[in-house]
Amino acid sequence: MLRRTLLSLAGAAAVLAATGLAAPAARAEWPERPITIIVPWGAGGGTDAVGRIIASLMEKDLGQPVNVVNRTGGSGVVGHSAIATADPDGYTLGVVTVEIAMMHWQGLTDLSYKDYAVLGQVNLDPGGLMVGEDSPYKSAKDLLAAIKAKPKGTFKASGTGQGGIWHLGLAGWMLSEGLPGDQVTWVPSQGSAPALKDMVAGGVDLVTSSLAEGRALIEAGKVRPLANMGTERLGIFPDVPTLKEATGSDWTVGAWRVIAGPKGIPDAIVQKASASLEKAYKSKEFQDFMKSRGFGTVWRGPKEATEFMASADKDLGEVMKKAGLVK
Amino acid sequence: MHAIDLAFGLILDPYVLMVMIMAGLFGLFMGAIPGLSATMATALLVPVTFFMDPVPALAAIVTATAMAIFAGDIPGALLRIPGTPASAAYVDEAHAMTRRGKAELALGVSLSSAIIGGLFGSAVLASSAPVLADIALNFSSFEYFWLACMGLTCAAFVASDEPLKGFVSLLLGLFIATIGIDPMSGFPRFTFGNVDLMGGINFIPAMIGMFALAEVIRSVTTVNPQPKAPQERIGNVFKGLGPVLGRYKLNLLRGSVIGTLVGALPGAGSDIAAWISYAVSKKFSREKEKFGTGHPEGIVDAGSSNNAGLGGAWVPALVFGIPGDSITAIVIGVLYMKGMNPGPTVFLYHPELIYAVFLSFFLANLLLFPLGLLAIKSSKQLLHVPRGVLMPLILMFCIVGTFAINNTVFDVGVMLVLGLIAYMMEENGFPVAPAILGLVLGPLLEDSFMTSMIKSDGNLLAFFERPIAAGLGVVTLLIWIAPLFIHLRRRYASPAGDV
Repeated sequence: MLRRTLLSLAGAAAVLAATGLAAPAARAEWPERPITIIVPWGAGGGTDAVGRIIASLMEKDLGQPVNVVNRTGGSGVVGHSAIATADPDGYTLGVVTVEIAMMHWQGLTDLSYKDYAVLGQVNLDPGGLMVGEDSPYKSAKDLLAAIKAKPKGTFKASGTGQGGIWHLGLAGWMLSEGLPGDQVTWVPSQGSAPALKDMVAGGVDLVTSSLAEGRALIEAGKVRPLANMGTERLGIFPDVPTLKEATGSDWTVGAWRVIAGPKGIPDAIVQKASASLEKAYKSKEFQDFMKSRGFGTVWRGPKEATEFMASADKDLGEVMKKAGLVK
Repeated sequence: MHAIDLAFGLILDPYVLMVMIMAGLFGLFMGAIPGLSATMATALLVPVTFFMDPVPALAAIVTATAMAIFAGDIPGALLRIPGTPASAAYVDEAHAMTRRGKAELALGVSLSSAIIGGLFGSAVLASSAPVLADIALNFSSFEYFWLACMGLTCAAFVASDEPLKGFVSLLLGLFIATIGIDPMSGFPRFTFGNVDLMGGINFIPAMIGMFALAEVIRSVTTVNPQPKAPQERIGNVFKGLGPVLGRYKLNLLRGSVIGTLVGALPGAGSDIAAWISYAVSKKFSREKEKFGTGHPEGIVDAGSSNNAGLGGAWVPALVFGIPGDSITAIVIGVLYMKGMNPGPTVFLYHPELIYAVFLSFFLANLLLFPLGLLAIKSSKQLLHVPRGVLMPLILMFCIVGTFAINNTVFDVGVMLVLGLIAYMMEENGFPVAPAILGLVLGPLLEDSFMTSMIKSDGNLLAFFERPIAAGLGVVTLLIWIAPLFIHLRRRYASPAGDV
């Protein structure tokens, strides 16, 4: 009897030591109550869809309800700070998007990737390079040559708002070619769909959002994809070269989504949640869903994902400084 | 063809059909109760549809509004109180018929002209919207700038008797639209450091406040006795209906055409369509003297017109994102929430959803037949609901519904403040519709102007360089100059006249 008590005490101490948890050892196994996933963008959008399918798959795995709550507004600041400032008990998680590596440079918030305990990265969509079907440029090389030859501001590009990820994709590409970051004038838009529509209507010359976002118009023959700004070709467009293949540039850019909670979640919970997330990522449902929406899939565990976010934070910060987008 | 098959599958789902029937009953209730309008029904439906897929969500709104516009005729005929503003044009006429013992005929004419007008509007929507969308694919920010200008001009002049008050209301809406982070430079405007205000004034809470809450406040502040429930037993509404419809079949067509066109004009909805159709009917009638004495002719025109206007209003809303009336102003918000951003590309990205919406229009108008009859039969009970119970329920629904959309108390505050503002505006004769149009079109106007300026490096003449933009621009400028020109002509024309 005494031996058993001692053993369990030792076990509890081991758990305590392993988790670094100051709470009583009697604390029940996570999760014992419903989990909330905060999505910092609106219902019906891509991030919302990813958050919802992850939630439903983790719910099945963990046996506790996982609810999705949209906290929109403030260009993503509201939702991202809601995730970062939640209780670090593992019951509030969220979808953190690429904007976290950008908005602190713009002075919109003090939050950065350092404020989160990352469970894993599930998605990466490389930037693209698209022109209208009646554009005279048939390849990224032709287009780049023309951009270099003509005076600054001759070409107009769009794809997202001012200082958004696809704006940085363009500016970074120009900088990597030794051109000024604003060699091509950026026309801000409310996302990639209106930008693509405007390009089809002849309003702008090129769009740098992801090829997945241009899929419907590419398949309708109204938009011509020239390159993708990732490290390898995409499954949905195997014939479209990477920017490196097309022009030799080393510049890559992408939008990504990671699942994370507030910093300070006990490591044991992070490991368990991350394992459940990885299981969800590997499921057929998730892979099929991402494929049907044209989203790129990438898995990085807590450590790798955090390193990835740190390097993205640095790269994007550099481009933003050079392009004059830092406040 | 494939998309149409998919659309049939989407709409003939038992869940969608059930949603449509429930929404239909809700719409009939909202329409039949004086003071509750079709727009309010839509605003209250939004939080519910928030949790649905796009097709049932939009089908619910389509069905509820079609029912509400018809149901507004029931208290009009029986009590001489229009159930919705869209029935106000012919309420005297319909009640005169009831006094002459022809309540059945009045309601029968209302119902059948509503169905025919509604089907006509649906057919115009389904046939014209895809064609227009194809043209609109060539529209860039320059064209959208002029379209937004035209929409705002219509909003100020068409939607009210007093253009000046309409203009003030419009400017208020445009002001509210500027709150939040400037989409071009990322500069926060009127946010006072508040993170919630950085995202701007959320559109749906604003709508619920301006249409639903304002009405609740009005019902509290005005002492209107509960209308007495009608005592008449309603018999067979089909008696003598055939000959009347046969005699006025051209009126049916005329009312439907006018209704669809007026509905498609930004800012003018079913209520204005009904007024215009009734006036046209009277002007061109061979029996003008019978109007106002219980003559069905005007009811045929206006009754078909207000239901046709519903379909018409969806044309510019789907194709350009410019609402045709206050109902579609809310619908545009719903479309964005569902990821079906209005514009010509929605026809490319989600053709099956768009066709399913078209099908829901036809189905809703066919459903109007059985459900409309039910509403007529149960009108006595329907008009007996005590307002003291109804209004607190609606208030509760406004608050819960507003909160549910973003899970923030801030939105509830927006709803309450804008509801109060809308109430004060209407009490002082300022129409609310232009403010709503300003709120919806403000961002479009600003974005299209700013992006055009960036594209053209600040050259204002670029607004006339593309052929379609030039055409739209000239028309817009003519509309602006016309009142001045007319004024000058009147002033300098010889007082004796030239006739």
